[in-house]
Amino acid sequence: MNIPFDIIIQLFVVMCAIAAITVRDLLSAVMILGAYSFFMCLMWAQLGAVDVAFTEASVSAGIGTILLVAAVLKTTRRTKD
Amino acid sequence: MIASSDDIIIKTIARIFVPFIQLYALYVIMHGHYSPGGGFQGGVILGASMALLLITHGYDEVKRRFPENVVLLMGSVGVLIYAGIGLTCLLLGGNYLDYGQLSVILHVEPAHARSLGILGVELGVGFTVMAIMYSIFFDISTGGILPGDDKLNGELEDNG
Repeated sequence: MNIPFDIIIQLFVVMCAIAAITVRDLLSAVMILGAYSFFMCLMWAQLGAVDVAFTEASVSAGIGTILLVAAVLKTTRRTKD
Repeated sequence: MIASSDDIIIKTIARIFVPFIQLYALYVIMHGHYSPGGGFQGGVILGASMALLLITHGYDEVKRRFPENVVLLMGSVGVLIYAGIGLTCLLLGGNYLDYGQLSVILHVEPAHARSLGILGVELGVGFTVMAIMYSIFFDISTGGILPGDDKLNGELEDNG
């Protein structure tokens, strides 16, 4: 176990999660969600679950970000609330 | 509607990168039973490479390489491979997806037959996931309206 690495990664995960739901620009929110997925991927790899980390990197950070960007481009970029 | 990008840097980089992405995806699929990865992850990477080609080179270029009916065919053939291997094991007297039974028709020992069986199943999963991921991205980004559908396109523009 590498305690400082764990604490830094978890700090970044929480920061990215809070930023993704508070930012006004939806395209920025999608990008921050991609960064969140990559930090989660690092955390899974640190915990020893390499297969889960691989899935997180390819599915959530890869194709999920692409799908959300496509959805944002088809709708509006600014939130109403 | 997805059009071809005007930027020559983006088009060139994408054209160089797509074969390497697909080669890596095939590596992930083929080594799925020894190392992390497998049919699902490799299929997602293959679908992402097709999505990159669709973003940069436009719909007309991708339609020439990977038409809609081929997408549907690959999605169906992947499921057929998966279910076919499973049912073959069932017919040979084992359980569903009991790859050891395949040694009778492959003429190899059961341990080798298990390795080949899981490889075939992962190839099927990879085909289906690639086709469906590409199809989902295509439907979201175009709204399901193709360039040939001029009548439907005009109606939507009138409403919007």
